Amino acid sequence: MTIFNEYDPIKKQIFRIMDDDGKIINKTWMPEIDNERLVKAYKDMLFSRIADLQIVSYQRQGRIYTYPPNYGQEAISGAAGAIIKDRDWMVPAFREIGTMMAKGVSLKEIFLYYMGYEEGSNFKNAEFVLPVSVPIASQLIHASGIGYAIKYKKEEKVVYAFVGDGGTSEGDFHEAVNFAGVWKVPVIFIIQNNQYGISTPVRLQTASESLAIKSIAYGVKGIQVDGNDFFAMYKTLEESAKACLAGEGPILIEAVTYRKGAHTTSDDPSRYRTKEEEESWEKRDPLKRLKNYLISKELWSEREEEKLIPQYREEVDRQFIEAENFGPYPKEDVFKHLYADMPDDLLEQMNQYDRFLQWKETKVNNKTT
Amino acid sequence: MKIMNMVNAINDALDIKLKEDRGVIVYGEDVGVEGGVFRVTEELQQKYGKERVFDSPLAESGIMGTAIGMAVAGLRPVVEMQFCGFIYPAFNQIISHASRMRNRSRGKYETPIVIRMPYGGGINALEHHSESMEAIFGHIPGLKVVIPSTPHDAKGMLISAIESNDTILFMEPKRIYRAIKQEVAEGKYTIPLGKANVVTQGTDVTVVAYGAMVREVQRAMVMAKEQGISIELIDLRSIYPIDRETIAKSVKKTGRIITVTEGPRSFGVGSEISQIAIEEAFLSLEAPPSRISGFDTIVPLPRGEYHYMQDPYKILYEIEKIVKY
Repeated sequence: MTIFNEYDPIKKQIFRIMDDDGKIINKTWMPEIDNERLVKAYKDMLFSRIADLQIVSYQRQGRIYTYPPNYGQEAISGAAGAIIKDRDWMVPAFREIGTMMAKGVSLKEIFLYYMGYEEGSNFKNAEFVLPVSVPIASQLIHASGIGYAIKYKKEEKVVYAFVGDGGTSEGDFHEAVNFAGVWKVPVIFIIQNNQYGISTPVRLQTASESLAIKSIAYGVKGIQVDGNDFFAMYKTLEESAKACLAGEGPILIEAVTYRKGAHTTSDDPSRYRTKEEEESWEKRDPLKRLKNYLISKELWSEREEEKLIPQYREEVDRQFIEAENFGPYPKEDVFKHLYADMPDDLLEQMNQYDRFLQWKETKVNNKTT
Repeated sequence: MKIMNMVNAINDALDIKLKEDRGVIVYGEDVGVEGGVFRVTEELQQKYGKERVFDSPLAESGIMGTAIGMAVAGLRPVVEMQFCGFIYPAFNQIISHASRMRNRSRGKYETPIVIRMPYGGGINALEHHSESMEAIFGHIPGLKVVIPSTPHDAKGMLISAIESNDTILFMEPKRIYRAIKQEVAEGKYTIPLGKANVVTQGTDVTVVAYGAMVREVQRAMVMAKEQGISIELIDLRSIYPIDRETIAKSVKKTGRIITVTEGPRSFGVGSEISQIAIEEAFLSLEAPPSRISGFDTIVPLPRGEYHYMQDPYKILYEIEKIVKY
């Protein structure tokens, strides 16, 4: 018996291990995690939340451009971060900073990206992580292709590919899962069902009873998980990775969660959802649930948390200021990464632009003198 | 040397690269068992196995997107779009990802992919099978677009394309898939991408063409010669990057330029070449650059296609006009 049999999407049963208060209600599937790793996972989720809230405030101060916050969804990104190996691939959408940081992407790089530098996607200490993909769901097909390469090269790797609930309406979602299913490749598709695609609720995306149930049509394993339940997410991903490595992939996971913040800093959720709804999800907050569990096992305390938070804020600030001081954007950087070798015509465009800049400099200097 | 048509030559290039590089993967709709609807990939699956040459599900975005994934993970996929009119579902993957991945990641990830695709009219086909939309793709930063006009060029250019670390749209003029046979060198050779080929030297008019249009120009040249007009024929070979130097040098010599393309006229490759002629050889021009092209219309179905297609007479007509200007 595996979770994929017991929680076959056809049974319409959501996989949970912990209740809203952090009490274990499903001991059968409780994953084995040593205390140190568990506390680390919690701390990483906490760091992600603090970073997120701070970024929103930087944005309000005009120090960073549009940013899509993650808070409320940390258990998904955090559990994936705890499971994913250095050798594994990560194909992000854009609300997975927890997993990205676990793979070695620095917060500074994330800042650089949202400050408007491509350099933020040139991850210095993270291998096998694709840059953020903006066109919804299009990245999932890359995951299927990477999966093919893994299988072809007989590598011991798994692909973790992310998408939101809205993305499941895209044709590329279908093509990605379909290709992966036909090819039987080691890809874990993780749908972060945070209830909204910007303002559009998930009931306007599909007539399916769940998003997980779509897996049946593709002939792949699927499961609907409480995405705010760290243990359920951890167990699901652990079993998914195991299945993938055993050649039983791909897997389609629907992680049910809630986007506590706005879609991006340019969005105003009060236009499309109620305070009551937001409050009802507050009770199911992923950090609160895991914290309650840890405190009940005396693995964590409010005092420790209070001590840690200012340190984390300082660390976020430190990396933010480093990113702010990243420096100018040289004109060559606009041109030099399009092709392996820059075509003559493009070189000429760059030189023309350079001549203009020189002209402008003399013009502006003459005016001021 | 071996006598080959373009289908044989492309097959030979794929065979050479499949043999030489285990990273090369060939797939698309019906390319495996059947060897492609035009038989370009015939017998390659038997030779290299179902892991390396195979039939994909019928989904162009899926084909293109998986190629991107394979490429960033270290393979060199060569994918086939069955017909040019079916590439549009893959357009998003090409314009949003394949052409951008290196730039987006500042060089961390590359997408060495070749997209092979038959294009162009003149074969009495159904709707969506006769277009010549290279200009759309030439407009995409980060993508290269090349078109061979002979079996020899097709083989050498395809090998270069597979060895390149860029994403390359390799458009195959299906009208001359089997129409031209010539001696093609056996074994491996490459033709650099981005360089045009001066097919025939001449003094009076420069004619720039590519793909199936090269042969049409050659036919027109026979008639022009009888009238004492000397044509310099340039086979562009590469839509992007475009070889400004070869165009400029020729126009400076002849003072007249005509472009012959199959696609719609407005915003087309002919317009781009005309502008290059103006920028590079303005004072040498004896007449305005002239564009022979399709109309800004849909390619008519077979009964009406001849109205739209270029032929030697349409070309000769413009040659006479530009000489008399």
